[in-house]
Amino acid sequence: MMILKILFRNAFHNKLRSSLTILGIAVAILAFGLLRTVINSWYSGVEAASTSRLVTRNAISIIFPLPISYKEKIRQIEGVKIVSYGNWFGGVYIDEKNFFANFCVDTKTYFELYPEFVLDSLQKKTFLADRKGFVAGRKLAAKYGWKIGDTVTLKGTIYLGNWDFVLRGIYHGRDETVDESQFFFHWDYLNETLKKTAPSWADKVGFYMVGVVRPDVAPDTAIAIDKAFKNSLAETLTETEKAFNQGFIAMSGAIVNAIQMVSFVVIIIIMAVVANTMAMTTRERTGDYSIMKTLGFGGKEITILIFGESLVITLTGCAIGMILTFPAAKVFGSSLANFFPTFLVSTETLYYDVLAAILIAFLAAIIPTRHAIRIRIADGLRRIG
Amino acid sequence: MTQQKRTIVEIRNLYKSYHRERLTVPVLYDITFDIAEGEFLALMGPSGSGKTTLLNLIAGIDKADKGSIHVGDVDITTLSETELAHWRANNVGFIFQFYNLIPVLKAIENVELPLHLTSLPTKERHQHAEMALSMVGLAHRMDHYPGEMSGGEQQRVAIARAIVTDPTILVADEPTGDLDRVSAEEILTMMERLNSEMGKTIIMVTHDPRAAQRAKVLRHLDKGYLNNDDSQNPL
Repeated sequence: MMILKILFRNAFHNKLRSSLTILGIAVAILAFGLLRTVINSWYSGVEAASTSRLVTRNAISIIFPLPISYKEKIRQIEGVKIVSYGNWFGGVYIDEKNFFANFCVDTKTYFELYPEFVLDSLQKKTFLADRKGFVAGRKLAAKYGWKIGDTVTLKGTIYLGNWDFVLRGIYHGRDETVDESQFFFHWDYLNETLKKTAPSWADKVGFYMVGVVRPDVAPDTAIAIDKAFKNSLAETLTETEKAFNQGFIAMSGAIVNAIQMVSFVVIIIIMAVVANTMAMTTRERTGDYSIMKTLGFGGKEITILIFGESLVITLTGCAIGMILTFPAAKVFGSSLANFFPTFLVSTETLYYDVLAAILIAFLAAIIPTRHAIRIRIADGLRRIG
Repeated sequence: MTQQKRTIVEIRNLYKSYHRERLTVPVLYDITFDIAEGEFLALMGPSGSGKTTLLNLIAGIDKADKGSIHVGDVDITTLSETELAHWRANNVGFIFQFYNLIPVLKAIENVELPLHLTSLPTKERHQHAEMALSMVGLAHRMDHYPGEMSGGEQQRVAIARAIVTDPTILVADEPTGDLDRVSAEEILTMMERLNSEMGKTIIMVTHDPRAAQRAKVLRHLDKGYLNNDDSQNPL
């Protein structure tokens, strides 16, 4: 009990130094937490992917389309439950800086295949009935102040020209990990317009989304789909939604790796800060530890004192950093909503924070403890004078 | 007829040297002498004569190269570090020149600290510490931190800490070296009382003749050699 009393009082004895160290740790944990959240957000599409959905695209590249006629063929393959399709539209709102994900989809099947996008039944009915209607995510609608019935014009960057849409529904996510910043409209609207303006682009889809009866049949179904279109003009590549999303992440793998590296560098920096503080503290308390040894206390008590002090300082900084991560992530997430539609601090990140803090505390205390235990009492006492 | 006092410390052929890199510096040569139970011994000598080293060896906080030190029935030169720590906790009370109190603990907590190595329950530990502080006249300052007390008061707290475990011997290294004259006199009087009234065996290192005057026995060290001719205090 007395040892704990000394430990806690030691930790906050030099208030300025302890406060500055704690502040440094808090800022570093905050930075570490935000960087981990960036990485998690990057992978959020992969994590949220369903195991019972497949994505079929052109085997050469995603930028090459597939004929709409494949839909019926895919539907007849064993294991397939539902087939939907869509195109990446690539439109911008007013100008390029207002970028968000926008797709034209087969609206009749899409929301059935993606139950995580929750749409009010009345709004869904109105949306299905209006060929120029669109559905926006809650966050996207809130960002631009769109209300049901508003007309929104997107400027096409692939399908050139101005495209007018009427907001017929606002979906929300089934849970907080669902992206609420997407824009969906009728594939038929795009296709009918293309038939008039660019007939060679009509009746083509960018990808098929295939729902399978059970997750365990997904691999065989994917093989069967690709086999069905072998040696056709547009061969297909079918993979699980997770693998498909991972393919996109892989394109930016270097950036993710760089962020990961920076997050580890942050940890090393905190370690240096805490190690420096612990070294100064131990040197300053050499006399105290020598007195305790003189009185009969052993290495165990000295170890508890130094490791404990290091832990108290580090965990206090860690707790403050963790608390600050939430408001910081909110600000960070809202300012970068275009790039990170879901920017949530995960429980895993918090565990990493605590783990990092404990690791830092222990590593920083090893050398000072060894020194304090090894120093001869007579030498330690001499330092006081 | 005077009663023969029991020998509490018996030192035989003690040698000690320090090693600094490749250099060996001899500090004590062939020290042999006894300290009787209830004695108040002052070790005197110029700086570098080895008196603090000798005190550290007697107190078990340093190890001799050669020779033996019996305190009571125990030859402390044969004890391991862990055994020595345990032995110190039970047998030695320390008083230092710079008081060496733990700055983050209150006076009462500093005094109570050595009792945490005993099996005494919390309440009794507190009572013992309170009693020790009362004996040095500082019961009213028990909730003060060392930084809130004068040098003399801090040294009195250190004395209370030294006596709270009722040790076999009290060792004091320049106990008045950092004090003004009035405070130094108070501390010496207290030590004198501990010796005469409570029968505590005290071994004190000093180069202050006024402090040495209070001791019953005086021994001189010079360049590591003990002068065995001056055991009775002529001062």
